[in-house]
Amino acid sequence: MDLTLSPEAEAFRAEVRAFLADALPSELADRVRRHQSLGKADHEFWHAKLNERGWLAPNWPKAFGGAEMSAIERHIFDEECALAHAPRVVPFGLSMLGPVLQKFGSKAQQDYWLPRILSGADWWCQGYSEPGAGSDLAALKTRAVRDGDHYIVNGQKTWTTLGQHANMIFCLVRTDPDAKKQEGISFLLIDMSTPGVEVRPIKLIDGGAEVNEVWFTDVRVPVENLVGEENKGWTYAKYLLTHERTNISGVGFSRAGLAAVKRIAANVRQRGEALIENPHFAARVAQVEIDLRAMAVTNLRIVSKAAAGQAPGIESSLLKIKGTQIRQEITDLARRAVGPMAMPFESEAVESNTPLPDPFDAGAVAGSFFNNRKLSIFGGSNEIQREIYSKSILRG
Amino acid sequence: MFDLTEEQTMLKDMLVRFLAEAEGDAWSELAELGVIGALFPEAQGGFGGSGADLAVVFEEIGRACNPVPLIECALLPGLLLGAAGQDLSGVIAGTDKLALAHAEVAARYDLDWVETEVSDGRITGDKAVVTGAPTAARFLVTARHSGAPGDRNGIGLYLVDADAPGLSLNAYQTIDGAQAADLTLSDAPATLVLEEALPALERAYAAATLAQCADTLGAMEQAAHMTREYLTTRQQFGRAIGTFQSLAHRLADMMLAVEQARSAVLLAAASLNGPEQDIDIAACKNLLGRMGRLVAEDAIQLHGGIGMTDEYALGRLAKRIIMADHRFGDTDHHLERFIALSKGAA
Ligand SMILES: Cc1cc2nc3c(=O)[nH]c(=O)nc-3n(C[C@H](O)[C@H](O)[C@H](O)COP(=O)(O)OP(=O)(O)OC[C@H]3O[C@@H](n4cnc5c(N)ncnc54)[C@H](O)[C@@H]3O)c2cc1C
Repeated sequence: MDLTLSPEAEAFRAEVRAFLADALPSELADRVRRHQSLGKADHEFWHAKLNERGWLAPNWPKAFGGAEMSAIERHIFDEECALAHAPRVVPFGLSMLGPVLQKFGSKAQQDYWLPRILSGADWWCQGYSEPGAGSDLAALKTRAVRDGDHYIVNGQKTWTTLGQHANMIFCLVRTDPDAKKQEGISFLLIDMSTPGVEVRPIKLIDGGAEVNEVWFTDVRVPVENLVGEENKGWTYAKYLLTHERTNISGVGFSRAGLAAVKRIAANVRQRGEALIENPHFAARVAQVEIDLRAMAVTNLRIVSKAAAGQAPGIESSLLKIKGTQIRQEITDLARRAVGPMAMPFESEAVESNTPLPDPFDAGAVAGSFFNNRKLSIFGGSNEIQREIYSKSILRG
Repeated sequence: MFDLTEEQTMLKDMLVRFLAEAEGDAWSELAELGVIGALFPEAQGGFGGSGADLAVVFEEIGRACNPVPLIECALLPGLLLGAAGQDLSGVIAGTDKLALAHAEVAARYDLDWVETEVSDGRITGDKAVVTGAPTAARFLVTARHSGAPGDRNGIGLYLVDADAPGLSLNAYQTIDGAQAADLTLSDAPATLVLEEALPALERAYAAATLAQCADTLGAMEQAAHMTREYLTTRQQFGRAIGTFQSLAHRLADMMLAVEQARSAVLLAAASLNGPEQDIDIAACKNLLGRMGRLVAEDAIQLHGGIGMTDEYALGRLAKRIIMADHRFGDTDHHLERFIALSKGAA
């Protein structure tokens, strides 16, 4: 058994590295490394750079303007981007809506919406969750009632990531209240400038404004914005979730995070010596690194199977659980490493005239620790993943 | 043997009633209610000062998640001034608001690591994360008059006025909601309080660490309590989520963690100022660090998205619990202390 990558794959890695060295400004990478929140313009800048290179949509077919990367290439690409501290690509148009339109959208929808995702003409957000429908997504209540050639939408979505920047939202809405939960749901594309759409920010515990509530009051949506068939939305939603789970292991993020922890722990002094020399701290770091090394192989095992035409199905639950555990443990190490200096609070919600003290060049590590609690909550919580995984094991 | 005295029960009830209504930093109200007096013995003008008194007060402040800097601006300065034989009436009345400026970036959690220097009554150096600094009228500042960082001898304690020349503040909010600042002193004029301050600092930090643990215990209880409530009310898949066995077991583990924390605090409180003080307090802070993390993380996780919002009290409690691990020595620091102290005992 050979665990090394092919020469072609290694050549691709070199290509990605060269691109990143050239295209990613160090000032931007620095802000990502220091867990500072990025503005809309930062994301748009990075999308445009990737689009120029043809890598903005790694998983889209070439016919739709994508890079059609193999699963191994995709893995390498994600890992190198994370290691270079590139901004995360905003996934809603590219990894979520795009694949759904490609599989279930009409020709007209594909021709209109897909190029606009690539060019950045539209910023999409995901309108799935509601106050009463989180893990139990099919319990969603937002109603869409047909009225001539429009739907009238009423209801509320929540936790809408970066909805404050978005001009478009794809929503799951209930079109048949009498059908079984999963069978009365449709998939609608809604222009957020339509009268009756209201976005309200939700502040998170790290002080960041990354999620929102989106309210709909008598919002008129043209019927041509229905994707696929009415009441078949659940099928499309499930298909979308399999795409949401690409790069779910986050091995690249973990590698980057661990490197950052070691760097911080080399800067921090304890009785005049680098913290990384402290046996307790070193043991904590080593423990995570050992887990990550195995996890990287697990990821590659699963990814390479997918390359040979087998979709990662149930294994994505395994990758999600282990991957997020490791990522969260790394954020814990980073906050521990800086000790009392984790206290100063860096956030867009707090005004400060003088820069906050950051003697170890660590950035907002405590904020990042709290923010990343989300990893085990969204994208199917880790408890839900354990349900899925254990059920499949027990079924045999 | 585990019962509170009549006075402690009254103090607790009064705090519970008051804190339920209090909003924001309740410094002056707490002082008026006499709560600061409960932190000091009668000999110093207070009416308490035992480990159990501290545990009662700080458990309630933690449970209410109040940002009042009572440890840094009352308990620590009071104990240090008391050690120097000074009058505490202003501290106890809440009118003499001091903040202790001891920690430095290079010190991490070691009390003897002081790089700041003093000569001819003037102090030069940097102090880090001085909680309560923005509202303090005076600072108790440690500085070296002799020796090198890490030496037990040569650390003096001084008073510096907040408006002293040569003193500047970089103020900020801490992530757990306190007001703090980094201090830069250059030739700031200072008045001597204690010539050799380390033994007094160590005694004061023992009490402060106990107080911090009791605060964390209160916050953990509240977080576990809120999680219990949430599991019985939040419906998904047509039932209360607490009926999912995997979540019910997690709640049981949280409650076990709280009970362990309560026992560790009781033990440490009983040991304060006794021969076992240092080892019991090190054990307590280590255990609270570990159990606190479990409770804070699981409380957020079992709440789902709601647990991550700034508006809902749970998030603030979770931050208070986790960030307590960055005050008065973290889990590893106290593990190392425990190992060293148990070797000494053997
Ligand atoms: C930062 C952040 C960003 C998000 N972004 C978006 C977005 O852009 N668009 C969007 O639509 N949604 C988004 N979400 C919502 C996310 O998908 C939901 O938070 C998630 O589905 C969980 O739902 P909930 O928060 O309502 O928790 P609940 O479903 O109420 O869960 C509460 C707890 O119960 C557990 N639980 C629930 N059911 C079971 C069960 N059957 N067995 C065992 N345990 C169970 C959960 O694991 C959790 O621990 C985001 C969430 C966060 C935190």
